[in-house]
Amino acid sequence: MTDLFSYAIRRFGWMLLTVWAVYTVSFVLMRAVPGNPFSSERTVPPAIERQLRARYNLDAPPIEQYTDYLVGIVTRGDLGVSIRLEDYTVNEVLAEGFPVSASLAILALVFALTLGVTAGVVSAVYRGSAGDLALMGTAVLGIAIPNFVLASLAILLFVFIIPIFPAAGWGTLRQVALPALCLGAPVAAYIARLTRAGMLEVLGREHVRTAFAKGLPKSTVILKHVLPGALLPVVSYLGPATASVLTGSLVLEKIFALPGIGSHFIYAATQRDYTLAMGMVLTYTVLLFVMNSLVDLSYAVIDPRVKLQ
Amino acid sequence: MSESPSPSLPSRQTEAPDEAALSRILQESREIRGVSLWQDAWRRLRRNRAAMASLVFLVILMLAAIFTPLLPLQSPADKDLNNRRFLPPNFDSVVMGSREGLKFEDGRLTAQLAKYQASVEQERSEILSIDDPVERAEKLDAFEKRASVEHPFNQLWNQLGPVAFTMCRIRVAIFGDWAVPSLFGTDKLGRDLLSRVFWGSRVSLVVGIVATIVSLIIGVSYGAIAGYLGGTVDAIMMRIVDMLYSIPFIFVVIFLVTFLGEDSVKKILDQYGIEQITIFYIIIGAIYWLTMSRVVRGQVLSLRHEQFVEAARTVGASPGRIIFRHVVPNTLGVVIVYLTLTIPSVMLFEAFLSFLGLGVSPPDVSLGLLLNDGVEALSIVKLFWWVVVFPGAALALTLFALNFLGDGLRDALDPKMKNRS
Amino acid sequence: MNDAVESNETPLLSVRDLKVHFPFRRGSLFNSQKGVIRAVDGISFDIGRGETLGLVGESGCGKSTTARAIINLVPPTSGDVQIDGVSIAGMSDAAMLPYRRRVQMVFQDPFASLNPRMTVGAIIGEPLVVHSLAKGRDRKLEVLRLMELVGLNPRFLNRYPHEFSGGQRQRIGIARALAVQPDIILCDEPVSALDVSIQAQIINLLMDLQQKLGLSYLFIAHDLAVVRHIATRVGVMYLGRIVELAKSEDLYAGPKHPYTEALLSAVPVPDPEVAAKRQRIVLSGEVPSPDRYYPGCAFADRCPVKIDRCTTDRPELPGKPHAAACWVREEALAETPANA
Repeated sequence: MTDLFSYAIRRFGWMLLTVWAVYTVSFVLMRAVPGNPFSSERTVPPAIERQLRARYNLDAPPIEQYTDYLVGIVTRGDLGVSIRLEDYTVNEVLAEGFPVSASLAILALVFALTLGVTAGVVSAVYRGSAGDLALMGTAVLGIAIPNFVLASLAILLFVFIIPIFPAAGWGTLRQVALPALCLGAPVAAYIARLTRAGMLEVLGREHVRTAFAKGLPKSTVILKHVLPGALLPVVSYLGPATASVLTGSLVLEKIFALPGIGSHFIYAATQRDYTLAMGMVLTYTVLLFVMNSLVDLSYAVIDPRVKLQ
Repeated sequence: MSESPSPSLPSRQTEAPDEAALSRILQESREIRGVSLWQDAWRRLRRNRAAMASLVFLVILMLAAIFTPLLPLQSPADKDLNNRRFLPPNFDSVVMGSREGLKFEDGRLTAQLAKYQASVEQERSEILSIDDPVERAEKLDAFEKRASVEHPFNQLWNQLGPVAFTMCRIRVAIFGDWAVPSLFGTDKLGRDLLSRVFWGSRVSLVVGIVATIVSLIIGVSYGAIAGYLGGTVDAIMMRIVDMLYSIPFIFVVIFLVTFLGEDSVKKILDQYGIEQITIFYIIIGAIYWLTMSRVVRGQVLSLRHEQFVEAARTVGASPGRIIFRHVVPNTLGVVIVYLTLTIPSVMLFEAFLSFLGLGVSPPDVSLGLLLNDGVEALSIVKLFWWVVVFPGAALALTLFALNFLGDGLRDALDPKMKNRS
Repeated sequence: MNDAVESNETPLLSVRDLKVHFPFRRGSLFNSQKGVIRAVDGISFDIGRGETLGLVGESGCGKSTTARAIINLVPPTSGDVQIDGVSIAGMSDAAMLPYRRRVQMVFQDPFASLNPRMTVGAIIGEPLVVHSLAKGRDRKLEVLRLMELVGLNPRFLNRYPHEFSGGQRQRIGIARALAVQPDIILCDEPVSALDVSIQAQIINLLMDLQQKLGLSYLFIAHDLAVVRHIATRVGVMYLGRIVELAKSEDLYAGPKHPYTEALLSAVPVPDPEVAAKRQRIVLSGEVPSPDRYYPGCAFADRCPVKIDRCTTDRPELPGKPHAAACWVREEALAETPANA
C-alpha cells in the first residue's frame, strides 16, 4: 500500500511541476505581447478594464504579478478574468463549458471502446474472413478521414437526408449522440486495430492453446483467457486516446455548435483572450495528467510484471 | 569437417598464404556479395501487394507534388467570381489567362508574357542609357523590384519560389496556354479545384515530411542518448518527455500560433527573415518527437544488453561509435515504420489546424484548407459535393497509402524473422 | 594465494577477491523488498602465459559475470584485477582502451554476438579500426588472413552473419578476438550453444590457436567434460565462489569438494560397464539463490557430508596446487580455529 501511496505522491509532484512549467511559459509569452492584461496600456472597453484592474495588480513589477497570479491560482483556484468577455471570470467560463465537453468526451470514449474492442475481437477470431477484411478496411477509413469531414458527411446523411438526429444544440441524448459518434470514430478504429493485433498475439500463446485443447467452450476461452491479455495495449492507449478526443472535440464543437470548452477555446485563441486560453490549457493539462496516471496505475495492477516507476 | 555446405577450409594448415594469394582472394571476394537484412526485408515487402501498391502511389504522388508547377494545370489562386463559381466537374476547355479581370493581352497568358517581356526590355534599355551612374543604379534597382512584382505569373500563382518559377516557365514553353479542364469542378470563388488539390497536396506533403524529419532528428538523437547512457541521465530525460507528454498539444499549438499571429511578433520574425510557415513546421515537429524518442529509447534499452553491443565495448569501440554504428542501424527498422505512421498524423493535424483557421492561410492552399472550404460548401439546398469529396479523397488516399505502407514495413522488418539459419 | 605454475614471474592475469553485487528491488505494487544479488562473491585466481584455466559451474553460479567483471563490462563491486601486475579493476571504458589489446573475449551466443547489419569483414575488421592497426587494403588483407586462421573461407568477406551456421559464426567471433593479437582470451561458454559435433571442432581450433600464437585462455563452461580437454587447471564455482581449484588431471582423478564429486558423477561415461558400476550422487535440497546471504559454506544445505561448522563459518580456498574450500575435506583448513 505504501508503494501505491508513494507513487501517487510522486505523480502529483510531477503534475505540479508540469503545470507550473506551462504556467510560467504562458505567462512569459503573454507579457511579451502588447495589450496583454498585465501591462498598463491597452485598448479595451472600460468594463473589462475594471475587471482587469480588480484582479491583476497592474502597476506592479512583473515578478510580483507572476507570483500574485500564481498564488491566486493555487490557493483560490482563481484562474483570472477574461480579457474579452465582460464580467466573466475564467472559472465561470470553464464551469459553463465543462459539463458539455466532459459528457461529450466520455460518451465518445465509451463508444470507441465498445465498438473498437468488439470489432477487434470479432476480426481476430474470424481472421482472414471477409468480415475481418471489411472491419479492418473500415478501421483504416476511420483513421484516414479527419473527423470533421466525417462529421459533415454524417450531418448530411443523418440530419438532412435521413433525419434521425437533430443538427445542433445541446441537452438531450439524441443531440449529443451524433457528435459523440463522430468524435469516437477514429479512436474506435485505432482501438479495433490494437485489439485485433493484441488478440492475435495472445491467441498464439501456449496457455491459450491448452485452454482450447481442454475442451472449454470457445467464447469462455476468448473472454476469460485471451481478452484480458490482449487488452493491455488498449489500456495504455487510453492516455493518448483521451488527448485525441480532447483535440477532436475542438473541431466538432464548432461544427455541431456545442457550447463546450472547445469552442470557447477557439474563440479565446482567435480573439486573443489570453487569460482564458491559458486557463483552459492549464485545466486540460491537469486532466490529461490525471488520466495518464490512472492509466499507468491500472496497467500496473493488471499486469503484475510491470513495476511502477 | 562436416559443416555443410562447407565454406570452411580444412583446419590443419601447412603454411600461411602469401600476399599474392590473399590479393587474389580479395578480388574474388568482391564477387560474392552477401544479402543484407535490408535486402531481405525488401524482398518480403515486395510480396505484400497492398504495401507495394501504396508505395507506387506515394512515389507518384511525391513526383506529382514536386513537379506540380510543371504540370499543365490551371491557376489555383485565380478567382473568377462572375462566371465560374461552383461549377461541377466538366471537360470544358480552358485557356490560361482568359479571365477578363486579368486584362491579359489577347486573353492569353503567352501573349501577355510576350508583351511583358517586350516592355521590360524597353524600359530596361532606357534606364541603362542614363548617364549618371548613381541615378542609373537607383532606378535600375527600383525597376527590377517592380518588374518582378508585375510579372504575369504573380497574378496567376502566389509566391513562387525560384525553382517553381523556372518550372512554370518551362511549362508555358511546352504547353502554351492550354490547361487541363476543371475535372474536379470549381469552388465558391471560382477557383479550379483540380489544381488546388495538386498545390494543396504539395503543401500538405511538405508539412508532413518536414515536420516528420524534424521530429525524427530530435527524437532519434534524444532517445538514443537517453537509452544508451541509461541511469540518472535517462531517468531525467524521460521525465521531461513524460511532462511534455501530458500537455495537450493542440492547445499549446493554438496558443503559440495565435501568439505568432500577433503583429508585433510577426514583425520580429520578419526581421530575422523567418517565415511563419517555417515556425509552423518546427512546432509540429516539436510535438511528434516525443513518441519517436520513446520508441527509440525502448529499442536502444533492449539493444544495449545484446551481446554484439557488449562485444563492441570489449573490442574497445567508443560510445559514439557504438551508438551510431551498432545501435542506431538496428533501430532504423522501428524508426522507419514510425516515420510512415507519423506523416499521416501530421497531415491530419495540419488539416485540423487549417480547419480551425489557424494553419496555412490563404492565398496559400493546403488540403486542410480545402476541406474547410468543402465543409462550408455542404448544404442541403445545393449539393456541391465535389468541393469536399475530391480534397477529402486525396487526403484519405494518401493517408491510406501511408498506413498500408507502414503496416507492410512493420511486417517486413519483423525481427522474429531475422535469424533464419 | 593460488599461484598459477610454480614459477616466480608475474602472472598474466591476476584476480583477487573479486566481488560483483547487484542491488535489486522486487515485488508487486503493494509490497516490495530490497536486496543484493551476490553474483560473484570473493574469487581469486591467476592465469599464466600459455595456460588455460577452466571455470565450471551450474547456470547462475556467476562464471559469466566473472568474465565480464574482469574486462569491466560490468563494474566490480570490490576486489582487484591485474594484467601483468597493473591493476585495471573498475577502470573507465576510455582508460581500458590499451588493455583491450591484451584481453579479449569470445561470447556465448553465436547469433547475438555479431551485429546482424554488418558484414563479416567489417565485424572482424572493427578492432583494427578502433585501435588503428591497419588501414584500407592492408586491413582487408589482415581480415582475410584472420579468416583463414580460424578456418573460414575468406572469400565470404562480404557476407552477413545470418548467412553462416552457428559454428562458423563462433569462428567469426574468435577471429574478431584475435584481430588485436591479445595475450589472453576469455571464452564465455563458447561452445554451449553449438551442436556436439561442432563443439569438438571449435575446441580443437582454440587449442591449435593457443599453440600457434601462445595464447592464454579463461575457458568458462557448465560442463566438466567439455573443459577437460582444453584446460590446464580447472576451478569449480558454486554460488559466486570457487569451491575447488586444481590441475586438470588432479581434479578429474580425485575431486576433493563434495560438489565437484557430484558434478563428476553426472558426467556420462562411454564404457557401459563402468557406467553401471558408478554411484550417481544425487544432490538433495533446494537449488540455491544468489540473493540469499549464506554466512557459512554456500553448499551446506545440499552437502552430504556437512558438519555444524559448515553453516556458520565460511571456508576459504587455501593457496595450494590442489585446493578445496571445505571444512571437511580440505586438510589445510582443518587446522583453522573456528571464528569466535
